[in-house]
Amino acid sequence: MPAEAPLALAGHEGSRRVLRAVDAAAHAAGLRLGMPVTRAQVLLPGLVLRDHDAAGDAAALERLALWALRSFAPVVAADPPDGIVIDSTGADHLHGGEEAMLAALTGRLTAAGLRARAAIADTRGAAHALARHAARPLFIAPPGHGASVLAPLPLEALRLPEALSTELRTLGFDRIGDLLAQPRAPLVLRFGAELGLRIEQASGERPEPFEPLRSPDPVEARRAFAEPIGAAETIARHIGRLVHRLCALLEERGLGARRLDLLCQRVDNRVVAVRIGTALPVRNAQRLTRLLCDRIETIDPGFGIEAMTLTATVAEPLAHRQAASTLIEEEVSDISDLVDTLANRVGGRAIYRVVPVASDVPERAVCRIPAMAPGTGTTWPGDWPRPVRLLPRPEPIETVALLPDHPPVSFTWRGVRRRVTRADGPERIFGEWWKRDAELAAVRDYFRVEDNAGERYWIYRAGDGEDVATGSHRWFLHGVFG
Amino acid sequence: MRHPSAILSLRRQIERIGRRHRRSGGVLPFRIARIDARLPGGGLALGALHEVAGGGNGAIDGAAAALFAAGIAARTKGRVLWCVTQPDLFAPGLAQAGLAPERVIHVEAGDDRTVLACVEESLRHGGLGAVIGEVARLSMPASRRLQLAAEGSGTIGIALRRWRRQADAADFGQPTAARTRWRVSVLPSAPLPVPGLGRARWLVELIRVRAGESADFEVEACDATGRLALPSDLVHGSGAAEGRQRGVAG
Repeated sequence: MPAEAPLALAGHEGSRRVLRAVDAAAHAAGLRLGMPVTRAQVLLPGLVLRDHDAAGDAAALERLALWALRSFAPVVAADPPDGIVIDSTGADHLHGGEEAMLAALTGRLTAAGLRARAAIADTRGAAHALARHAARPLFIAPPGHGASVLAPLPLEALRLPEALSTELRTLGFDRIGDLLAQPRAPLVLRFGAELGLRIEQASGERPEPFEPLRSPDPVEARRAFAEPIGAAETIARHIGRLVHRLCALLEERGLGARRLDLLCQRVDNRVVAVRIGTALPVRNAQRLTRLLCDRIETIDPGFGIEAMTLTATVAEPLAHRQAASTLIEEEVSDISDLVDTLANRVGGRAIYRVVPVASDVPERAVCRIPAMAPGTGTTWPGDWPRPVRLLPRPEPIETVALLPDHPPVSFTWRGVRRRVTRADGPERIFGEWWKRDAELAAVRDYFRVEDNAGERYWIYRAGDGEDVATGSHRWFLHGVFG
Repeated sequence: MRHPSAILSLRRQIERIGRRHRRSGGVLPFRIARIDARLPGGGLALGALHEVAGGGNGAIDGAAAALFAAGIAARTKGRVLWCVTQPDLFAPGLAQAGLAPERVIHVEAGDDRTVLACVEESLRHGGLGAVIGEVARLSMPASRRLQLAAEGSGTIGIALRRWRRQADAADFGQPTAARTRWRVSVLPSAPLPVPGLGRARWLVELIRVRAGESADFEVEACDATGRLALPSDLVHGSGAAEGRQRGVAG
């Protein structure tokens, strides 16, 4: 099969064979989902047809949902045929906010070779519509958006049966906004209850609970309450008991928890979830209870919680370890519990250590690693002084300088002119041509300069001062020494 | 006139009462006699909060103040937690002040409130050598919380004051519960006989110290082990001369 040939998958719909999936080339030729195979073959004679494996697709989607459950949020379900629905409440803090979480999610899918679109909205219906029909592949609706964000989207975004949306289109309804502008009751009377249901679900007037996916062979503890509970102290007490039971289970299997999900089943059939993460596997009940209790304020009990489930979604082997017992061995105090507490507060990515990278380009010389990852034990070569503050991006400065290899006599940065009294340099840094072609000839000449007040700055000239191919010969300020 | 030893013994008694709930009364000396003599106990108190700010432009970039704090943290034992709001701290620069990268845990917080909460949590933990938080505003109640947390664990806490605008730096005059308050400003370095830059020089002002008097010192910046030195034109001694030579080489 030639690589460029348009490809489509066909399946049965009643007695007809219709297209179930098309690739980009086939889509460009005008083939659409649900089109009869005979018609598609007439439109595109070179079309390669394969049978659609519905069961295989569903199983793959389930696996993908399981991956999302392990790495992103506690309440996840597959949304066949082509989606995953995630309730991100109580989980985005681990990833540094909604936007960062969405970017990480689609980034990892793209890296795995999947094209993904994603949206975050207040309701499942709205997120479903925006993910599939918004112009941007990543869309975050502002909280409390209501139905207004849906108005410009086409009718199909409402998850209506095909016959119904065709009928509505015939009558002149093109966008969701057209439907929202009509009085609801006659609309429902004329077109059936499903239309009303979908509109209400999308605008948040009617809740839409879904059954969260469970990891196979879960380590979990569950507790149902005779009377619904709601007070923070009561919740904390039950969290403590659940954690104790879970830790006993973990110990039996020799595991430690890396991700812990607390699912609270409310009386109105909604699930409120809290997720915590740890840097190293943990089965210390006190620590886990503390991490969970830190987030009690994010649990909205509504009219009461009738059951709580605590699941170790990601668990890793945790063996017993001997404490330092010799006199020579220095006892290193364990700070992984502090790291976990902070990571659950500011996000796992905002707490890190840095390790040296063998690169002379200053902004590439550091690499962030997780706070509890083993270090490399190396440091940067100390022969050239480095500033303690490095500007996020070099700022252009106006200079008076002799070319090719003299430091500036004076420079103006952020509107203040400074006279250079002493300087040291240049330190020439070459572009890393093995990373980008554009850096093949690039050169930066760094100088340390001191102005008459004693302030020390790290400035550089792009280019070697003679050959224009090596850089623009403009000057930049890159860092501040103390 | 009363007998001085009676007053001394009373003072000791008061100190003992005050220290009942503290774990450690140790100090971290600078190993510069002139500075240590000004600090009660002969050094920076461990298990206490200290405040450091930059003078002039340093109020905004906080570069010299950061190095001063890094030098203190480098001389403690154990890991160091550094909590910031603006992510422009450059680890190779810290490493040259003696703070090796594997010792530092960086935390990026969105705002001052989160920084203070993280610093308090870390001070309470007790497993760290030093905790440094870069904040602009530090109110009396907030600083008292940090001071109490530090007292309970014996960890040294440093509030690195850094403002977005020069005008906000007037905030540094407000009282806080910190044990000492320092201002670090840059000075022109001593000219070298050849073109180049010598070791940086700072004016370190001890603005406020509990049970002590304020003073200011002209020192040479941290070397690769986090130690300050006195400039050789101010002191005559072999130790300082050695420090100066190291400065030229670096």
